[in-house]
Amino acid sequence: MYVAVKGGEAAIDNAHRLLAEARRGDTTVPELSVAQIREQMALLVDRVMTEGSLYDPNLAALALKQARGDVVEAVFLVRAYRTTLPRFGASVPLETGAMAVARRVSATFKDLPGGQVLGPTFDYTHRLIDFALAAEGEIETAAEAEPRADAAICPRVTDLLAQDGLIEASPPDEGAPVGDLTREPVDYPADRALRLQALARGDEGFVLGLAYSTQRGYGRTHPFVGEIRVGEVAVELVPEELGFAVPLGRMQLTECQMVNQFKGSGAAPPQFTRGYGLSFGQSERKAMAMALVDRALRAEELGEPVVSPAQDQEFVLAHCDSLQATGFVEHLKLPHYVDFQAELELVRRLRAEFEQRSEPVEMQEAAE
Amino acid sequence: MSGTHTVFPPPSAGEGTLRNRGGEGSDGAERSSPPHEDRALSGSRVPLLRDFVPAQPLLTQGPPSPIPSRARPTWDEQDANLGQARDRSGGGSAAEPSAPQSGYNFAYLDEGTKRMIRRAILKGIAVPGYQVPFASREMPMPYGWGTGGVQVTAAILGRADVLKVIDQGADDTTNAVSIRRFFAKTSGVATTTRTAEATVIQTRHRIPETPLTEGQTLVYQVPIPEPLRYLEPRETETRQLHALAEYGAMHVKLYEDISRHGHIATTYAYPVEVAGRYVMDPSPTPKFDNPKMDGCPALQLFGAGRERRIYAVPPYTRVRSLDFEDHPFRVQEFTHPCALCGAKGVYLDEVLLDDAGNRMFVCSDTDHCEGRRADGHVGTGEAI
Repeated sequence: MYVAVKGGEAAIDNAHRLLAEARRGDTTVPELSVAQIREQMALLVDRVMTEGSLYDPNLAALALKQARGDVVEAVFLVRAYRTTLPRFGASVPLETGAMAVARRVSATFKDLPGGQVLGPTFDYTHRLIDFALAAEGEIETAAEAEPRADAAICPRVTDLLAQDGLIEASPPDEGAPVGDLTREPVDYPADRALRLQALARGDEGFVLGLAYSTQRGYGRTHPFVGEIRVGEVAVELVPEELGFAVPLGRMQLTECQMVNQFKGSGAAPPQFTRGYGLSFGQSERKAMAMALVDRALRAEELGEPVVSPAQDQEFVLAHCDSLQATGFVEHLKLPHYVDFQAELELVRRLRAEFEQRSEPVEMQEAAE
Repeated sequence: MSGTHTVFPPPSAGEGTLRNRGGEGSDGAERSSPPHEDRALSGSRVPLLRDFVPAQPLLTQGPPSPIPSRARPTWDEQDANLGQARDRSGGGSAAEPSAPQSGYNFAYLDEGTKRMIRRAILKGIAVPGYQVPFASREMPMPYGWGTGGVQVTAAILGRADVLKVIDQGADDTTNAVSIRRFFAKTSGVATTTRTAEATVIQTRHRIPETPLTEGQTLVYQVPIPEPLRYLEPRETETRQLHALAEYGAMHVKLYEDISRHGHIATTYAYPVEVAGRYVMDPSPTPKFDNPKMDGCPALQLFGAGRERRIYAVPPYTRVRSLDFEDHPFRVQEFTHPCALCGAKGVYLDEVLLDDAGNRMFVCSDTDHCEGRRADGHVGTGEAI
């Protein structure tokens, strides 16, 4: 005899306890501290901060610990916390031209003011598993070079190009309020600021895939890396009571400026166009992918045909958020008994009708 | 269609307001004036807005802080008779009101956000079936788990309310339990499993079998609010189609079903026309429940968090399931009554009993089933 199922409440409590136990793992192995995650899983922390839209390495590290290392889950924790925070103002636009660069490379000029700074990068490592790391070996200290004479001046490559009018001018800051897609529903077509917000919060894998598709012919943009720079910039705020900017602190950023070909149109001469990417911490892959997709999304503005997914802002903006995507995909594991019952009934009826229709035909065939 | 049209954009949040920016669905409104200035609007004893708690000024607000306890508002007395109904014997379980968890505002959301959501709700009620964009928040549960419904419930919940949460018709499914607990914890309101005792019912995929009454509010969790989405993926297009009441594609889709299968093969999320104007997605309830929406005395609110839309069906509104003269709308029929309570004409769940094909059909609405059994109704209890 079937008895109606009860016990959802007890099941949830027990599942939570089991989860806490699984998160800790083998208790004979020392527990990770938040500081260890922050320092030694720094790129992961950077990604969680970027997609979580909240610059707080300790919080991101804690979220990673709580999420058992699941990036999307950690982003979720950070976002859910962020949404409860009061908004007390907007900072002065960051001056990335004044960044204290830890890394700065340009693929368009061999040398340039400020120089090329390789910095900490995987780019020229051989990807051989380093078994010495498992033995927790000491690290070699990197030698410090004498700073170049012009190290303090590190103008953006796009600014250098703009002096000759070779690249489109950066749109002037008209002081108009910038939209906030976490506080207002997106209304299509969305302006570039909102698109950049969405891409900055967007899932790294998804944005990367879209960027890759533009390189393979789905909305080609002929890109060059004008510059990637990683380093710290000062964050400043103008409190209304004071009327002048006060520093709030420094944050590490990765900025990517893509330089893209543009043949010109009736109204504009041939010149290079811009694609822009920015992320918290050191997240070069994300910043580059974002810059490629940003440029692709400007197709309509630049009079290019919109034919590929990466150029279609409704497609990109509606699907790039990892929380929205994971929520809707994973909700499929919630109960759907009721709808499935409706479909069962329909399929049974359709099958019965199908059999009814096919029966006389079979009999005829048998007679022949 | 030929010629050019002047397309009037549908009313959307943020338009038609005297404020510089923002409006019902955006946060511009929340920043522009302290919330209590709108008491004239909120104090009009609309059931939706009962127990309006003035918020602290937002700009100087620290992290969410507990609202000090205070005397219940006068209109709580109107709900006193509901309290008596709670004494009814029989199955079901209920939890009395308790002190909400400190550290968060009443029902989790801050008052500025609630006000923004209430404005979207009011617009939705004023334009039945129209999808109002709103600034959906990131909630502490995932998108797809009912964040839209949770935000609507949080915005309308008052201290005197009695909350019921169901998923698939049942109060005891894990997600229903989780959401009910969330509100019990953050608002401390009384909860119940009895449809008749609840003032606010949040639901996923079902409408209770017990007829709803005036003063009750049914809050639906909606995954895809746009009924035309699978016919036209672009929001810019579908908004225009709604503005022009251009629903030909939907009728063609239903017609194609008939020509292929002999009848309409949509079994849930069956499109409805509301108040003779907007075509609306009733959320993925089985079409069995569609007739319950028509002329319903209760207020029906729909929240889609991920898609950032709210819509509404006011009480006693005509809700017509789309059909054709020669192929009228029909609901599912079950050949067997509920095996536990013997109810006929209700929606049933099919429960597999073993691997030999034995199954049983039982009420999807667990409260309805328990109530009937408490009243002495008995089913065959047999497998089919």
